[in-house]
Amino acid sequence: MLDQTAKPSVTVYLPDPLVRLFPGAERRVEVPASTVGDIFNELNLRWPGMRDRLADSRPRIRRHINVFVNGERATLTTRLVAGGEVYVLTAMSGG
Amino acid sequence: MSKRVLILVGTKKGAFILESDTGRQSWQLRGPFCDAWPMNHVKGDPISGTIYAGGGNEWFGPAVWKSTDFGKTWSHSSEGLAYAEGEDPVNTVWSLSPMHGRLYAGVEPAGLFRSDDEGVNWQHLDGLQKHPTRPEWQPGGAGLILHSIINHPDDERQIWIGMSAVGVFYSSDGGTNWEPRNRGTRQDYAPEDQRYPEFGQCVHSIALVPGNPDRLYQQNHCGMYRSDDGGRSWGSIESGLPSSFGFPCAVHPRDPDTLYLVPLNGDSVGRYMPGGKAAVWRTRDGGQSWAALRNGLPQQNVYFGVLRQAMATDPFDPCGIYFGSNSGTIFASVDEGDSWKPIAEHLPVISSIETMIVDA
Repeated sequence: MLDQTAKPSVTVYLPDPLVRLFPGAERRVEVPASTVGDIFNELNLRWPGMRDRLADSRPRIRRHINVFVNGERATLTTRLVAGGEVYVLTAMSGG
Repeated sequence: MSKRVLILVGTKKGAFILESDTGRQSWQLRGPFCDAWPMNHVKGDPISGTIYAGGGNEWFGPAVWKSTDFGKTWSHSSEGLAYAEGEDPVNTVWSLSPMHGRLYAGVEPAGLFRSDDEGVNWQHLDGLQKHPTRPEWQPGGAGLILHSIINHPDDERQIWIGMSAVGVFYSSDGGTNWEPRNRGTRQDYAPEDQRYPEFGQCVHSIALVPGNPDRLYQQNHCGMYRSDDGGRSWGSIESGLPSSFGFPCAVHPRDPDTLYLVPLNGDSVGRYMPGGKAAVWRTRDGGQSWAALRNGLPQQNVYFGVLRQAMATDPFDPCGIYFGSNSGTIFASVDEGDSWKPIAEHLPVISSIETMIVDA
């Protein structure tokens, strides 16, 4: 029987400086997620602590992290569709 | 038994470790660790040998890093190191204190957290946020930071903290209730009749004297102070110093009357070594008189400063003293400050220096 609550599967591309922090993490992952917030939760299950690196406690995507969903800049509540592509990028920052 | 002598270094671009033996003559540098994140404070637990590094990254936020193998491998966590939803989030970790089997972390914006499992999970000690003075706290130049944590050596309920620009606060119940302890410290930026307020002083660093927990020293933005009653009252000891402005203070491991400071030329004229000549200043009489220690330190065109957590002593006899400049040089003395030499150069801006001694 079809699971009506199943979340769409999306492809997420993670930045190298993030992946370096989590041994075993991969740059390209497939996750079930209805929103960007779901993605972060799913990543956190696989690599504990990763959500904290991407979102703060307000909660909001961190100021110098950009998430693009199908080419559009996203927030934690941006909706996702099956087959979507999500890019997590580090912004130009620092000195 | 021979010992490993470690100098733990926090910098703007990662943590470093300098290592020597008890002779402390030659040093090996390792790092940068912690993926070159800015690390405000690196401190070791000499009982477990674990090294902790607290800081934050512009992209990824605050975390406490940990190494249980003297820097070879590191892990990191910020689980629970957060304020409630909707509040301004924690930006970075500023200070660490492993004590009594627990680990304390001070953060920006100012708050205190505790971990009972060696930095894996954290809980907020929210008494500071509930303090009636909290809405009036103002940030110092580095932000509203909790930069100093002093745990009583024998009583884990007693904690002193330093916050800029809020002052010294004390808790006798492990961080639930707090009282300001700033009587006698000056706030030069206030109107003349309001220069000794209950709180709002810009404490830069505090140090508790080993073996005498009633005595504390404080380097403030506005003066240098000593307390002999656990911080209930403070008296100025700045007479004889070239300036009332500086950041770190470091206590002697055994002599409660010996203290080391690095006065800078003043808060509004560059904040570098007075006269362009480097000196550490030492008192041997609890601050009644001061002497400049210059032997081996550069005496021409010196325009670096030393940040608030960037000086420490070791427990040997004679004791060693180490300080790191914001131009990336670490100077060491192994004769209680009588002579100095650089032991590392060309590092990033140095935020903190701590020592840790472990069995070889």
